Amino acid sequence: MVGQIAQHAMEVHGEAWTIKELFTLPNEYIYWSIQIVMYPFMTGLVAGAFVLSSLYHVFGVEKLKEIARFSLVFSFALLPVAMMPLMLHLQQPFRGINVLMTPHFTSAISAFGIVFLTYASIVATEIWLVYRKYFVETANVLMAKQNRSMIDNLRMMIFQALTLGAWDISHEAVEKDHKACKIMAGIGIPVACFLHGYAGFIFGSVKANALWMTPLMPVIFICSAVVSGVALCILTYVVVQEIRKYMAKSKMARWAKDADAPNAEELEASKHTEVMISSNYLLYFMIAAMTLEILDLIFRGYTQVKSWDILREVIMERDFVKIFILQYTIGNLLPFVMMILPGRTVRRTTIATVLVLFGVFMMRYNVVIGGQAFSLSFAGFMDYHLPIIPHNWETFKEGLLGAMTVAVTPFVLFYFINMFIPAFLKEESTH
Amino acid sequence: MERREFLKKCVMVIAGASVPLSALTLIDPKKVLAANPDIQWAFLVDTTKCVGCGFCVKACKTENDIPFDAHVSRTWVERYVYTKDDRRYVDSPNAALYGFTESRIDLGRGEFKEIDPKNVGKAFFVPKLCNHCSSPACTQVCPVGATYKTDDGVVLVDRTWCIGCGYCIMACPYAARFFHPVLHVADKCTFCYHRLSKGLDSACVNACPFGARKMGNIHDIDDPITKIIMNERVGVLKDEFGTKPQAFYIGLAQEVR
Repeated sequence: MVGQIAQHAMEVHGEAWTIKELFTLPNEYIYWSIQIVMYPFMTGLVAGAFVLSSLYHVFGVEKLKEIARFSLVFSFALLPVAMMPLMLHLQQPFRGINVLMTPHFTSAISAFGIVFLTYASIVATEIWLVYRKYFVETANVLMAKQNRSMIDNLRMMIFQALTLGAWDISHEAVEKDHKACKIMAGIGIPVACFLHGYAGFIFGSVKANALWMTPLMPVIFICSAVVSGVALCILTYVVVQEIRKYMAKSKMARWAKDADAPNAEELEASKHTEVMISSNYLLYFMIAAMTLEILDLIFRGYTQVKSWDILREVIMERDFVKIFILQYTIGNLLPFVMMILPGRTVRRTTIATVLVLFGVFMMRYNVVIGGQAFSLSFAGFMDYHLPIIPHNWETFKEGLLGAMTVAVTPFVLFYFINMFIPAFLKEESTH
Repeated sequence: MERREFLKKCVMVIAGASVPLSALTLIDPKKVLAANPDIQWAFLVDTTKCVGCGFCVKACKTENDIPFDAHVSRTWVERYVYTKDDRRYVDSPNAALYGFTESRIDLGRGEFKEIDPKNVGKAFFVPKLCNHCSSPACTQVCPVGATYKTDDGVVLVDRTWCIGCGYCIMACPYAARFFHPVLHVADKCTFCYHRLSKGLDSACVNACPFGARKMGNIHDIDDPITKIIMNERVGVLKDEFGTKPQAFYIGLAQEVR
């Protein structure tokens, strides 16, 4: 083995993107890189999107009906992506399944599989309950159709499978679905919060890390998760509605050719109300998230424990631009002001949501990378340089391209899921 | 026999039997042995004897197949220099694999600081390695149980089961862990468990020409190392994390973290 080892050009994991300064311990590198920034960011989006959809399903905020259904489908598209960064980050991705096979329950990560699968099945169940009537109707239409093409046959088989054999769509049966859906959404909210609060716990419980270790971490993560999830749903909703408007005008899509298809004006009107109401919720959660984050910062500065000297240098000097300019000013303050100023428009809100998403991403970045920016010796620093042009598999998956892959995947998935579970449906097919 | 007598004897028999019987049920020999096994390995570093030659690091890398040109190490030596104008410098160039051959301090990023020898107040070396803590943070956080503590107090990694998530590396307050550059699993000091189990000293203890590194069985009160730990003033690193380190240091300065 010695001979085999000697032949390798030795680059330690983390060495490619870590620059060490002053005294850092020999084994210290930024081991948790961009994919671990993406992980809480993506799970946050999942949890947030689900909470937005639950506002309608559980609390009956009728005006959010359309965006709620959209968020539910979108959170389903986001789900597999919450796991992707973890798999890309693992040094032994093929052993990832061991977490489910031999969970070691004193570890905060060990429950990930269980929590994640519970949550996934809740979202899947809820979607099925919401769309069951649509599945049955579509399957019936396809079955009644004469001279089915091959694609029609395939679609018919898929929709038949999606009904899971429950063909009863009488009023009572659908009412039952509705009730069950409400219960599932009710269970889903705490589970969604747990999924994400738990991501916060993974960081907050690392006692060796002076920046991460705070019991506030899970709560901060949940609040910022809802903020990012709602923001992404508003943004995607607006973009998709714009595309639909364009399609309705030019009669591009199949649905647009129907006689009773919504026209561009109707789409615009519904978009306006939904965006306005959801952005109110966005504001509430932003206030909560910002309050907690600033409380954490003030508390550290006020108590000045042993780690404060080095944390102050990281927060106030080295990462000042990333934390106070990019995260707090551009990512929080600016969109907040944009949304509370009178005469709020859809366009202004949409721009604000882009900034909010950027702000939450920077918050994740500053926590994950910032937490590794200083040495355990409290006498040195580590600088993170995101690999942009990959020179091997590792710098690809833990570089800009890997992160972009993770960021793009939910939209690709949404496109395909939307073919069978259309996020935008006429009223009577779903509830 | 009278009824009174009978009852009296019954009570006596029950009371008498319950003591040894309860001992049988309560004392599980396995548990007793685990709680107080014959061997509990501990490490003793005498910082006053270390000269920073780096033989320990070299021996460790050779013994344990950690590539020489990989910038990670299971053990390393730190150099502390305090100047008379109250400044502190620390470095550990290449984990002190080749010792401290230069007097200038490595500041990272290819920068060095030459210190005027007349300005040096005090200077010393501190060898470091995994502390094989009694309540290790690393084994607690492993999601698959691939890292564990043996009954004789050594923290090990199962290379066939580690998923490479890096949580243990993050959880260790001493930065004793790293990813093996070839095997891509978490790696750390094993106290040379393969040597210990054959009755040999660990490689670094064996290589140290000055006796700055020693190992002993802390459960054996006649062990010379245990005697030193019991009778002399020794310290441990970062006790505030509650990990109960089992590497003890003679002459530990408070600035050493």
